[in-house]
Amino acid sequence: MATPIPSVIRFDDPQIELVHGAGGKATRRLIETLFVPALANEALAALADGAVLEAGGLRLAITTDAFVVKPLRFPGGSIGELAVNGTVNDLAVSGAKPLGLVAAFIIEAGLPGDVLRSEVETMARAAARAGVAVVGGDTKVVEHGKADGLYIATTGLGLVDPRLRLGADQVRPGDRILLSGPIGDHGITVLLARGELDLEADLESDTRPVTPFVEALIDAAGAGVRWMRDPTRGGVASALNELARDARLGVLLYEEAVPVRDVVRGACEILGLDPLYIACEGQFLAVVDSAVADAALEAVRGVPGGELAAIVGEVRAEPAGTLLAVTSYGGMRVVDMLVGDPLPRIC
Amino acid sequence: MKFVDEFRDPRLIRAAAEEIRRLADPDRHYRIMEVCGGHTHSIYRHGIQNLLPPNIEFIHGPGCPVCVLPMGRVDDGLSLAERPGVILTAFGDMMRVPGTRGSPLEYQARGADIRMVYSPLDALKLAQENPDRQVVFFAIGFETTAPSTAVTLMRAKALGVKNFSVFCNHVLIVPAIRAILDSPDMRLDGFIGPGHVSTVIGCRPYQFVARDYGKPIVISGFEPLDILQSTIMILRQLREGRAEVENQYSRVVPWNGNPAALRAMAEVFELRPYFEWRGLGFISQSALKLSAAYAEWDAEVRFELPGVRVTDPKAAQCGEVLKGVLRPDQCKLFARDCTPEHPVGALMVSSEGACAAYYHYVHRVGAVGR
Repeated sequence: MATPIPSVIRFDDPQIELVHGAGGKATRRLIETLFVPALANEALAALADGAVLEAGGLRLAITTDAFVVKPLRFPGGSIGELAVNGTVNDLAVSGAKPLGLVAAFIIEAGLPGDVLRSEVETMARAAARAGVAVVGGDTKVVEHGKADGLYIATTGLGLVDPRLRLGADQVRPGDRILLSGPIGDHGITVLLARGELDLEADLESDTRPVTPFVEALIDAAGAGVRWMRDPTRGGVASALNELARDARLGVLLYEEAVPVRDVVRGACEILGLDPLYIACEGQFLAVVDSAVADAALEAVRGVPGGELAAIVGEVRAEPAGTLLAVTSYGGMRVVDMLVGDPLPRIC
Repeated sequence: MKFVDEFRDPRLIRAAAEEIRRLADPDRHYRIMEVCGGHTHSIYRHGIQNLLPPNIEFIHGPGCPVCVLPMGRVDDGLSLAERPGVILTAFGDMMRVPGTRGSPLEYQARGADIRMVYSPLDALKLAQENPDRQVVFFAIGFETTAPSTAVTLMRAKALGVKNFSVFCNHVLIVPAIRAILDSPDMRLDGFIGPGHVSTVIGCRPYQFVARDYGKPIVISGFEPLDILQSTIMILRQLREGRAEVENQYSRVVPWNGNPAALRAMAEVFELRPYFEWRGLGFISQSALKLSAAYAEWDAEVRFELPGVRVTDPKAAQCGEVLKGVLRPDQCKLFARDCTPEHPVGALMVSSEGACAAYYHYVHRVGAVGR
């Protein structure tokens, strides 16, 4: 890593607010000014979805994710499925095949046994689909009223594909940005499933393992794959902003090339939200060498469920650290990092 | 997507931009105010300024209800959430607006029962479901949202829901436009008129802008093509020496507005003698309160409110930006002490506020020479 590791803790926010967990600027500040300097080490400083450790000539990826979704079940998925797919996907975008998962359950006293059983069964099915085993775990029960029914944290270990060397420092101007499919399905589904908005839509969460798509991509593009990320919390906008900052390069997004389902666009128009900031749970972004971009796209599209993959942007030298969106008619804007969770605008 | 894609058609947009270049006198600088925050947001979101010649400048007006709400009113509203037994409800727009001791989201994180609603009717439903709690709706917005508050209050009265009340902060667009026109440093050539507000009040109330002040005003939709077409209509008026109210948004805005909505407002509200606007100061007859017949549902009557007044920091130049005297980045605090995460001035608060929109969508593009 060329980047020097900061060792001075500069975090001085007086209180932790919800915004620190929203995946935007405050989250980034928390990580960069507290966690990274306090825990200073090279693997952490890369700030990827998973850390890569070397042992006995092997490169292992390790990642962890906690799931606190409300409601626990929503169209197209549930917390148990997210907990497996989310961690499998963090491994996948680290270029790793999953070796095993462990899961920690934080359960609120009073949770119906049926709900827990159903979530654990769901996890078993999701793990089987993703080709990974849940090999251990931990259970804690907290007082009634202290958790939203159930929180699940999963940690995954994976073996990194030896052909790959991923990281923002590998990205070069001219590289292309590939997106695996339509964005925003998960975030809008959950927002509507909370039932606070009195809106209904025929839409399901996109939660799924992205492993098959990533494997096809790596087979087609090999070392031409430079960087990957799954655009969960904070959406495509946050993931690409992090790319621009970490690579110290500009990222240009072709706004109209980004696949968004009509129903998601419609909900976003009504609620005053930007789909670029809405979470996905079954998509990934990849930066690929322009020489192999077409082959990479074809490979991802060839996997069932990848038909809507698209090249959505490119990397440029300037303006460094910035994500720009351009429209086909010449409009241009900066797409900044999110300040907090997207909230519907009414007036 | 129907009714959206047509208004973002690249071919039509390029043609409109070409027409604007043809109409604009290269020796003249045009300053056009878009009154409504929705237009401000759209202009930045779609990069519309990039399509126009540099001598056409959009000035961002006061039509962002969250931005013009004084911090003291936010504090008053939030003080309700600190009372035992109260559920405070508000639109998503309000949730990040800072009071002296934090935003509704921060109060919520500290344990206050504040809930986001999509409609005041949802707040009323919440009151019916929680008969042992007091449910207050923090009402904000121009004539766009005032009718739904009015209808909700009429229903609360008809159903006799006693544990529901409204903290009314509804404001009116016409007095704000007049205040801007009356301001001595006003240097505007025309107005892009509010779209959503006009669905309720129609086009007639704007006639004074053309008649008394000689400025063109075109009621406009929110898509890129709407805004470009409205700009063309303003430039044509200026070129032909006309000053008129024109309606570009006729697919939604009837000339006479929405009589049913206006009746509901007349039934429930009355004018406040004056009201404070953040950045603009006190404007007479510029806001609504609940009428005597609805006093029972008026949170300001039901609860003792502190009536806090908080002055904005002197260094914040929100008023100058609101009136178009300064561009957002010309304010001394912009992007230094005042950011969307830690807004000092009103216009940095909402994504429809001129400063927040400028911050998110433009300010770093300076790096590429735009």
